[in-house]
Amino acid sequence: MNVAALLAVLRPMLAPVLTALLAGCGAVAALSYLVMGAPAVTLDLPIGLPGAGITLALDGLSAVFLLVVFLASTAAAASAIGDHHYTETAPFLPAFVGGMALALVAGDGFSLLLGFEAMSVTSLVLVLSTHRDGTVRQGGLLYGGMAALGALSLIMVVGLLAQRGLSFAAMRAAPPEGWRAILVLALVLVGAGSKAGIVPLHTWLPPAHAAAPAHVSALMSGVMTKVALYVVVRVLFDLCGPAQPAWFGVPLIVLGAAGALLGALRANMEGDIKAALACSTIENVGLITIGFGVALVARGADLPALASLGAAAALLHIVAHGLFKPLLFLGAGAIQDGAGTRRLDRLGGLIHRMPVTSALLIFGAVNLAALPPTAGFAGEWLLFQSVLGAPRIGGFAVQVLVCVTAGLMAMGAALAAAAAVRLVGVALLGRPRGPRAAAAEEAGPWKLRAMSGVASVAFLVGLFPGSVLRLAGPALRTLTGAEMGERAGLAVLTPALDMPGYAALLTLALLLLAFGAIWFLRQFADLRTTRGPAWDCGFGASTARLPFGDPLTQYSGGGFSQPLRRALGHSILAAREVVSMPEPGDTSAARIEVTLRDPANAWVFAPFAYWRDKASGIADTMQFLTIRQILSVMVGVLVLFLIVIAVIEQL
Amino acid sequence: MDPRMGYGALGYDLAHLLGTATLVLSFVLLYQKRIDAVVNTYAAQAWVLAAAAFWQGWVQDSPHLYVTGLIALLAKGVAIPLALHNIVRRLRIGRSIESALGVFPSMALGMGMVALAILVVLPITLGAQVLTREDLAIALSVVLLGLLMMITRRTALTQVIAFMSMENGLILAAVGVAGMPLVVELSVAVLVLVAAIVFGEFFFRIRSQFDSLDISHLDRVGEAHR
Repeated sequence: MNVAALLAVLRPMLAPVLTALLAGCGAVAALSYLVMGAPAVTLDLPIGLPGAGITLALDGLSAVFLLVVFLASTAAAASAIGDHHYTETAPFLPAFVGGMALALVAGDGFSLLLGFEAMSVTSLVLVLSTHRDGTVRQGGLLYGGMAALGALSLIMVVGLLAQRGLSFAAMRAAPPEGWRAILVLALVLVGAGSKAGIVPLHTWLPPAHAAAPAHVSALMSGVMTKVALYVVVRVLFDLCGPAQPAWFGVPLIVLGAAGALLGALRANMEGDIKAALACSTIENVGLITIGFGVALVARGADLPALASLGAAAALLHIVAHGLFKPLLFLGAGAIQDGAGTRRLDRLGGLIHRMPVTSALLIFGAVNLAALPPTAGFAGEWLLFQSVLGAPRIGGFAVQVLVCVTAGLMAMGAALAAAAAVRLVGVALLGRPRGPRAAAAEEAGPWKLRAMSGVASVAFLVGLFPGSVLRLAGPALRTLTGAEMGERAGLAVLTPALDMPGYAALLTLALLLLAFGAIWFLRQFADLRTTRGPAWDCGFGASTARLPFGDPLTQYSGGGFSQPLRRALGHSILAAREVVSMPEPGDTSAARIEVTLRDPANAWVFAPFAYWRDKASGIADTMQFLTIRQILSVMVGVLVLFLIVIAVIEQL
Repeated sequence: MDPRMGYGALGYDLAHLLGTATLVLSFVLLYQKRIDAVVNTYAAQAWVLAAAAFWQGWVQDSPHLYVTGLIALLAKGVAIPLALHNIVRRLRIGRSIESALGVFPSMALGMGMVALAILVVLPITLGAQVLTREDLAIALSVVLLGLLMMITRRTALTQVIAFMSMENGLILAAVGVAGMPLVVELSVAVLVLVAAIVFGEFFFRIRSQFDSLDISHLDRVGEAHR
């Protein structure tokens, strides 16, 4: 990948081609490694830290994530072939993919940090590809701040874990205990969780993912969040050792449930399709986090079957989401290129002008809405099964928590389905809301190839989720010490051996049968078109200026989400609607202004900003102290330091 | 252990006495009100320091400590006090009274500093010679008392004296530890000499600007930039 980056510096147009080729080879390699049974391999390289070098390690867990990263990268890079807009930042694309791959195959703390930060920095540069736009710069700034915070926390995590050495083997030999384990849990949730979009550090995702070019946001939302989840999982499941208590997973469940609800709700409110998709990523990351949390709790309670179920569900959903989210983002990019905007209020009727893109987007949205027999459904269904199987663990508190989580998950899934309907209904169906949308152009051949490629892989995953879990067997053994085994069959996926399961192929057959029956009945139907005066669904009469009627009388994105906004947004997002009527005699239109506030902004970022201002105020007064006061402060600090030393000596 | 360096041995006892005398003179500096008395006490402290350096030179058989003692005696015991007296005379502030912190608060704070120094130094230097440990504790106390004097005093002249008495603590530490090369003491001495010259120039500047050595006038300069 670094070679590709170097080559790409010389010939920017080559970057996507090379990245796609290398990532494709990487995907094949990862798949064949998994098929071979994923024997653990380590490789010591004499480069890196002086005297220590770096260690690369490959096992089943890294290979599953590598497979997802490489598949999505192949598609994303292929979609950028022939795209001349991003030649300035093209060399960073292979570097970005290489950083993610390095983070996944890292065998020590240093290479993990190196890969993770390479991923952060290159993705930041890629976000800033179109930096002449002010909102892009703002999104990039927010992202940069969060990335710095994450780097700080992750360095501390590595420092806390590396009691005997930087290599993963040395970290496993000295698992953290007591307050150190709690600190590791908190810091890894801040450090990697902020990158993954785990609440409450998720607020940077919608602006940054919307700002990046489509193929970059496809990677950031689809797989960079997964690399961050990999770090969470690697640290909490593997490096912290198997002896952690059951409550270790509770923060993951709580934060995941909050993210599932909040992300799905916000996905219904955003007016920008890419921002809405990024919010849906927050929801899916929340669901995956719940799965891992259940696995941690069950492993702590010594229930290997449930633990492997939770981890398997999370991994399956990672694979599914890592495929359909890049598809959706690439589709959103195609819409932006073809129809000139990402705003729902300007789109509409694209299914006539961009039929292939629309069909692929609808397939992605069906995944997003978790309808069978798609990969999205398989993942979410298994997640539900793991949570519904969880009340048997722990005491009353855990049981209540699990019940509430199941409720929130259900709500999140329903809201995600509503968001998918909103995206498809407003952007693709109906009639164009603007001239650019009416003159939209179908995406280029490479974009279509990339999207159909990733869609067909997602389709296969949806049909054979059991096979994916078979491949993930070594990973599950690393995580929970147990595999899905017979529960993950070729055709049927069951949460427990004696329970009924989910047969994707059978569902597809039933669906085909139903559609076949409809088609058959249609043969006998009267297909003549009849026209007549109708109520016209509120459309005004056509004028010369608007031959198809006024398209703005259709449901808009904001109008579609209004019921949800009024029902849920008021309490969760502090939604406010202000109708400003024009003065009498003024002919301008009345306006409705909707303001939303993410609770994380109100409860985390606003207090943080307040205390930062306080601290800078104190620092400011320090500047104007008198000479004696400054001397006194210095002497006071020195005396305090000596007192601390004296106290430590006495202990 | 060297028999001359234990409790009860003359080498130890005299070194301890001289170090403690330096410390007591630091306490005296802390509450002296008249400028002349402050300068004289400083000169006395330098003499005691020189005596301590000579004694250590004899006990440790290291001739370079005689050089250190000579510097302390000539520069800090004679030259700098004479220069300070000269400044005081030329500025006509010899009889002026400077309100330091009261006697009791200064003493209490100073005692706290000494206790802190002992609590810090003694446990850290467990492996070292007894004399070195005691000497380092006393030296740190002198440094801390110098710092305390710097923040309780108001005029620039007394603050400079505080600074130089702090430096006496450093020299005391340097002569007490066997094997410290002469260059350390020389460089510290030169530093103080340069500082004394710079501060002397500084006094006249402040005086000509504000008709006083009270440094609170300087704070008003800072306030002007607010």
